[in-house]
Amino acid sequence: MEKILCKAKNMLRTDTINPVIENKSLSPKKQTISFNNPVYIVSSMSVVGQKEGKGPLKDYFDIVYLDDKLKEKTFEKAETIMLKKSIDGAIKKSGLEFTELDCMIGGDLLNQITSSQYVAREYSVPFLGVYSACSTMTESLILGSILIDGGYFNNVVCSTCSHFATAERQFRYPLEYGCQRPPYAQWTVTGAGSMVLSSKDNGDNIKIKQATLGKVIDFGTSDLNNMGAAMAPAACDTLVALFTETNTRPEDYDFIITGDLGKLGSDILRELIREKGFNLGKNYHDCGCLIFDITQKCYQGGSGAGCSATVVGSFILDKLKKGEIKNVAYLATGALMSSQSCYQGETIPCISHAVIIERC
Amino acid sequence: MKNSEQTKRRNERYNEYVKSITPLSSTLKSLFHAFLIGGTICILGQLIAETYHFFLPDLDLKMVASYTSSTLITLAIILTGLGWYDIIARAGGAGAFLPITGFANAMSSASMEFKTEGLIFGTSVKLFSVVGPVVVNGIVWSTIAGLVRLLWSVIF
Amino acid sequence: MWWELILKLLLVFISGGLLCVLAEILIIKTTLTPAKILVIFLIAGIVLETFGIYKPLLNIFNAGVSVPIVGFGAGLAEGAIKYATEYGFIGAFAGGLLNTAFGVGVAVVVSYIITLIFSPKTKK
Repeated sequence: MEKILCKAKNMLRTDTINPVIENKSLSPKKQTISFNNPVYIVSSMSVVGQKEGKGPLKDYFDIVYLDDKLKEKTFEKAETIMLKKSIDGAIKKSGLEFTELDCMIGGDLLNQITSSQYVAREYSVPFLGVYSACSTMTESLILGSILIDGGYFNNVVCSTCSHFATAERQFRYPLEYGCQRPPYAQWTVTGAGSMVLSSKDNGDNIKIKQATLGKVIDFGTSDLNNMGAAMAPAACDTLVALFTETNTRPEDYDFIITGDLGKLGSDILRELIREKGFNLGKNYHDCGCLIFDITQKCYQGGSGAGCSATVVGSFILDKLKKGEIKNVAYLATGALMSSQSCYQGETIPCISHAVIIERC
Repeated sequence: MKNSEQTKRRNERYNEYVKSITPLSSTLKSLFHAFLIGGTICILGQLIAETYHFFLPDLDLKMVASYTSSTLITLAIILTGLGWYDIIARAGGAGAFLPITGFANAMSSASMEFKTEGLIFGTSVKLFSVVGPVVVNGIVWSTIAGLVRLLWSVIF
Repeated sequence: MWWELILKLLLVFISGGLLCVLAEILIIKTTLTPAKILVIFLIAGIVLETFGIYKPLLNIFNAGVSVPIVGFGAGLAEGAIKYATEYGFIGAFAGGLLNTAFGVGVAVVVSYIITLIFSPKTKK
């Protein structure tokens, strides 16, 4: 049985392998991949909850739910439905048929990424579940791009979601428990974002050009509420790797956007990267700061996997489509702790993956 | 070895930097809120006690205290159910969690939260998930207190 | 009569408020979580009761010390001490719960009933 499988794998490899790939010089020290074959983002869909729907980006989101529970029995179910809506919507917008779909990649914040698994069971499409906390979206995009670039698949859906109520229960306290948050806390975004990657363009001409894989970085912070400070070093590490390996400067990007560092985290990132000899100017933004207004009492801003997925899927891609910006470095950052590990005195390991999205 | 030493130093430096840049709650304002809300809840308790004392003069003081705490607990749990207690608590901080009402809120919020897993495996299992430390430590330390006093009376 | 009550309430307000301020200072200045602070105040109440300091405080401040968790701790210790002197060694284990059974019992049952009626809501 194993032999047959092995043989089949080898056949697949020799049949579909792209000659270009063999020429790639993947020196082991490099974190950045350049995709030689075009990988297009053909559509995206952002579904958010009520609080996000009142924020400054409300006009960009595709669907705004006024009830975070969507009249379902549990918040987990509501999260699943949001994710399904966003995947369905993205596929519909891309003009593809469900049968043309080759693969789904996705994840979320819940234990055993249940939301994504439950959505995936409703499609008869191969599914790759990924967990990378709040950087799940970039990890999915990178994996999807690799699959398309390698010529294995033509159409891949990348998706992720998060929900305030479910994240709160898993990582913090019961919803109705009265506890004060420190001013440096962040607010988990209720939302789901999906993007369809394809080897064929639909006219928007938005491509994923490069990707930088992140390393797990731990600077020894252990405050569960101060996620921005924990994740900033990871973002800094990936960003520096991106700049040095591609020989670019921050000014070369129209937008450098991080996932959910929040206000404090992005200030720290600016400082950290200044030490490395780069200066983040006005083109640097953070999704967590963009999605909520300062009047919405969200402390340092939004967080969660859905935060960067919905903002990039709506606001940023919209700007790219309109031609207001040409290229974007999109880094989502994730804190890879569990609710147990912190009580056991562990520090918070973090990761950040980057993708360069370009319109040519 | 040298490497880990370096990492340690880097982490310490970074943590110090983070500490210096992290904004803290405006101390005076939050202290004032805690004072106001904590004091108000205590006054409420006193007023309830006075009322019981006035209408049920036969009740001994200990029973009045029990009635009072039961009333406060019930009120807090109803407010939790309506989703209002955490709004008070977000402003009041310690003023809302230190009084016995905070204990009631912690218990009922956990109980409501895990309702979705069913009344047996959810609510019943997780009822003490937040207040557990208080109940367990209360029993352990009060037992020690009782034993200490017992020993005291035996020795002297 | 009336001014007596008002004076009493004023003392309640100030003492209760100050206890909460103390807890809030712990929250702001240290990394202690609310659960740990509750336990600290609870043990403080038990210690105060054990050494006989709680009763005089209660006589002055009334609800100002009995409504905060300190009062719960004192109640536990009071019961444990009472039953220990009454029934000996074994009494210390049961006394705390017996003395505070009203509050805990009400909290459990009412929580259960409320759970049947209400569901948690997401926050704005």
